[in-house]
Parts: sequence; structure tokens; C-alpha cells
Amino acid sequence: MSLKVSDLSFSYGPKRALDAVTFEARSGKFTALLGPNGAGKSTLFGLLTRLFTSPQGVIEVAGQDLRSAPRAALAQMGIVFQQQTLDLDLTVRQNLTYFAALHGLSGRDARTRIDAALDRLSMLERAHEKARALNGGHRRRAEIARALIHQPKVLLLDEPTVGLDAAARAAITTHVHDLTQDHALTVLWATHLTDEVLPDDDVVLLHQGRIRATGPAQDLCGTQTLKDWFLSQTQAPA
Amino acid sequence: MTRYLPAFRAITTREALRFLHQRERFLAALVRPLVWLLVFAAGFRAALGLSITPPYQTYITYETYIVPGLCGMILLFNGMQSSLSLVYDREMGSMRLLLTAPLPRWFLLFSKLCAATFIGVLQCYTFLAVAWAFDITLPPLGYLTALPALILAGLMLGALGLALSSFIKQLENFAGVMNFVIFPMFFLSSALYPLWKMAESSELLHDICAANPFTHAVELIRFALYVDIAPWPLLWTVLATLVFMALAIWGYDPARGLVRRKG
Repeated sequence: MSLKVSDLSFSYGPKRALDAVTFEARSGKFTALLGPNGAGKSTLFGLLTRLFTSPQGVIEVAGQDLRSAPRAALAQMGIVFQQQTLDLDLTVRQNLTYFAALHGLSGRDARTRIDAALDRLSMLERAHEKARALNGGHRRRAEIARALIHQPKVLLLDEPTVGLDAAARAAITTHVHDLTQDHALTVLWATHLTDEVLPDDDVVLLHQGRIRATGPAQDLCGTQTLKDWFLSQTQAPA
Repeated sequence: MTRYLPAFRAITTREALRFLHQRERFLAALVRPLVWLLVFAAGFRAALGLSITPPYQTYITYETYIVPGLCGMILLFNGMQSSLSLVYDREMGSMRLLLTAPLPRWFLLFSKLCAATFIGVLQCYTFLAVAWAFDITLPPLGYLTALPALILAGLMLGALGLALSSFIKQLENFAGVMNFVIFPMFFLSSALYPLWKMAESSELLHDICAANPFTHAVELIRFALYVDIAPWPLLWTVLATLVFMALAIWGYDPARGLVRRKG
């Protein structure tokens, strides 16, 4: 159950933001969508999450076409946005309960799933704290837990470590890598930070709205470090 | 249907909780019409003579006259307040969470609208209770028959707020809404003075007031408070609700790409 994007293009007026983007994120794999700022990652996330749509291209989420079956596709998707989207005046549990209800889950079923999701992210003991009282790392964890409540097949994370300190960043990256393997999740993780990518992770390199390379990180960078490879690919003339 | 009910409940509960967390908002929502009722109306009582027109069957005081208009004012401000919170949600990102739920967008927007209306109606009844305490009373049954009218007027003004929120790009632009929507809508209506009174001074102003959907919402509430139905305002309010809602759904259409502005 993967995420497939084919021939996806998008323009803001005359400005081409994405140009014939095609790639696949495989099940049970952590796929890093690597790209410098302005590469088109956020536009791609907007399209993947159907915040807006494009007449060109196909997005398939766990076998569901986002255009013809948007609700079935969205139901298979867990999303962590770059912006913080917790209601700070509500507790962690209230935030998660709200989200569960948006996915049609309520009562005991929702409670069980919320507990499991929080436990998975080591956040269960903080369930009764107000989101405002949490630090940035814990807020992010709560958001990841929230994205997993409905047991999605595909997890999308848009630069989830922005604004976090090194320790929180490492912890969250490790957590999501573990989740990918333990739950056969398809993870698409947008970032411009190469140290969040492990050698056997898949990489999709997006630069100036086009896919420049795809494949396992270790295969792409060869003898170089991933950081050097990334810089060489994105600093060269397009 | 099993997916829809929990989502509807969650959206309305969240809005109610948010309202409870903002006590200042509740206080402001209550103080505003009370100032009009207890200060403005008291001052104008002598200046404005009101003849007996339906639904009134006897001479009424000016305070009594403006009660329905002030209910409308509460709903108008509440509709715009919910619009403001939608723009805020969009800027803060929580709107994304709502719009990526696996439910039709119209349903998500309608749930938001119902939540805002519920809060507006609650404010109206609080206002009516305070007015009653100041001896500005209405037929007892009127408090009950006004409920559907208040709900419909709330839906209409909330839908207007929703539609506006889809066209407002930034929070800062909201001040314009105050100047160009709330004030003209309120003052060019029958909220503060009957339309025949307006016709005495200007036919044009009268015609503008008569076309203003807010006038019809106020008249609908006025008649309902006196256990009466006003068919024409009812029709006009229903039509305006549908038009505003259609505009909001169009404004939030993903193909139109409202959210991409914040990309």
C-alpha cells in the first residue's frame, strides 16, 4: 500500500511550482522528500493532502485515487503539517479526541486508539496536559500520535522537525523510522536536513519543482556523504 | 452517517469550548446590545415616535422596538466573529486539519456554521433574559417561537461570515469587514428604525434597506417574537442563506485553492 504520484504539475499563475512530478513511496519504507527551501515541497504537500487540487497528474494513496475518491484516499492518510495545528487551550487528549471524531471515531473505540497512539509515541502520561504546557518536541509527538489514530496506511510529514532542538529532532526522526518498520507504514517525510535520512531510506530529490533523483540514499550518494551529494545536486545550475 | 455524527458533535463542541475559553468575547457580545438598549434607546425614546404597525398591536416603547434588531446585531457580530476565527484558523494551520478530514467539505463548513449559530442563539437568549430583567418583556410564547427565527437568521449571517472568510486573504484585512459589512448592514436595516420612517426621509435609502437581507432577518425575528410569521422575510432569509452558503462552498473549493495562498 504505497503512495504514487504521476505526472503532477502545478502553477501559481504563470509561475510553474511543480513540473511533471512522478515518484512512488513504498510500503514499510521511510521516503525522504529532500529539497532545498522553495523546491516545491509545500506545494506538493498541499496537493497530496487535497488542500488544493491540480487538473494535471494523478495521486494514488494506498490504491485510492485522490481525485475520484478523495474521502477514501484521505481516510488512508495521516498528516503532520509543518505548522503547529494543536488547539493550545485543549488537553492533548481533547485534541486527539477532536481529530478522531473528524475521522468518524468516538466512544470506547476512539479512547482505545488514542491511548495506543499516545503510548506508541511515549506521550500517554501527558494526555491530560494542555497542549500549551508542552514543549515543541512533545507537541510534535502529540501531532504524530494524532496522525496515527485512524491507523492510516500512509503518513505524510511536512518538515516536522522545524524549530526543534537537536535532541527532540533526533528523537522524532528515530520514532518515525521505528514506526515505519513496525507498522509497515508508507512514510513520506519532507525535509532539507540530510542528517534525518538513514542510508537505506528512499530519497526523492525535488529541486526547482522537478524530481532530480529517486532511489535508496546509499545508492544515490555513492562514496559521498548524503549532505555533499544533496548540495552538489541542488547547487549545480538547473 | 456514522462518520458524520461524531464529526458534527466534535466541531460544535470545539467551537463551544473555544467560546467558553473566551469570556471577554461573551461579555463583549452581551454588553454591546445592552448599551444600545439601555443607553441609546433611552435617549432616543423621546425623539422617535412609533405608530402601531404589525406585529405590534399597541403603542410600544422604543426599547421594545429595537430588541429584535439587537438580537440581529448579536447574530451579525457573532457571524463575523466566527468568520474572523476561520481566517485565524487558516493562518494558524488548524483549518488544514479540518479540511483534510475524510468528509465532504460542505459538511465540514456546515458543521462550523451550525456551531457558530448555536453560540449566537445562546447569546441572544442571554440578552433577552437581561432585557426581561430590565422590564423589557415580550409575549411569553414569543421566547419560544423566536427560536427557529433566531436559528435561521444566525445561519444566514454565519454563512455570510463563512463566505467572507473564504475571500479575506489575511487577518489584517478583517477591519475592512467591520467598515464595509457590519456597519452598513446594521444601519441600513430596520433594526433601529422602521422602514416607513426611513421612507419619509429618503426613498432610495428605504429601497436599500428593503433589499438588505439583514432587514428581513430582523423582521423575521420581530414577528416570531410576537408569535407571528412573516412570509416574505422568511423567504428572503432562506434565499440569502442558500446564496451565502453556496458562495462559501465555492470559496472553499479545493480546485479554487483558497488554502494555497498560505501555501
